[in-house]
Amino acid sequence: MGLQFWIQFAPIVVLLILGFSVGTLVERAHFKRLAVREAALKDMMVTDVRTLPSGRDAKLCGLVMGEVVIASDYFKTFAAGLRKLVGGELRTYESLMVRARREALVRMLESAKRQGANYVSNVRFSTSNIGSAQRRRAAAMVEMYAYGTAMYVTEPSPR
Amino acid sequence: MIVVNTESIVGYSIREVKGLVQGNTIRAKHLGRDFAAGLKNLVGGELSGYTELLIEARRQALERMLAQAEQLGANAVVNVRFTTSAVTQGAAELYAYGTAVVIEPEEA
Repeated sequence: MGLQFWIQFAPIVVLLILGFSVGTLVERAHFKRLAVREAALKDMMVTDVRTLPSGRDAKLCGLVMGEVVIASDYFKTFAAGLRKLVGGELRTYESLMVRARREALVRMLESAKRQGANYVSNVRFSTSNIGSAQRRRAAAMVEMYAYGTAMYVTEPSPR
Repeated sequence: MIVVNTESIVGYSIREVKGLVQGNTIRAKHLGRDFAAGLKNLVGGELSGYTELLIEARRQALERMLAQAEQLGANAVVNVRFTTSAVTQGAAELYAYGTAVVIEPEEA
């Protein structure tokens, strides 16, 4: 204990505090930005089915995609590492996945909107791995990819 | 060339099926990007270097698939899917595949 203990563990403590404080700020800012961008996309319809809503006509815009890579912070990685010892739910990583998925979806929708679409059908999510998953002290990194077929759907015609 | 990930295309009918087309590419990240990512791993947030890398790689896989479709004389690719696989540490394969078809506009 004493001085030697602090010299040994001070860097980790500093990184934990840095990771927790800055990481939380970054995450909160990201969620806030996401909420604003999602609100702007409220008129876009998204489904993961391949068919159109019945009675509607559509014009094709083409394949749209959104992609994002998000890194975990030091605190989250550390907390998850501890949790892994006993198993169970890794809460700190859940918000990371949510962020990545929402961001990928928003990017996809923004690109669809730029092309004049109001409907994206057959949306699929996939993840990729270019990071070092096998490295011993690998930091968590999420690579999320969303894609779908964008269309412009007109209001149902009265029959 | 029309590309969709649905089996049919709105407003068009499929006249002829040309068969499966595919495109792949394997990309490794480089040290500079890795270093920046290492820093980002302390505080979290988006790794835009990696995002760009993957977007570019994905586009290349898609382009290779489209080149194949063009060679077959198709004018559209339907039911496109993307998958990835980790080949070695720090590198990823991006793979796009779909069915090349010849389409014609539907008469109203």
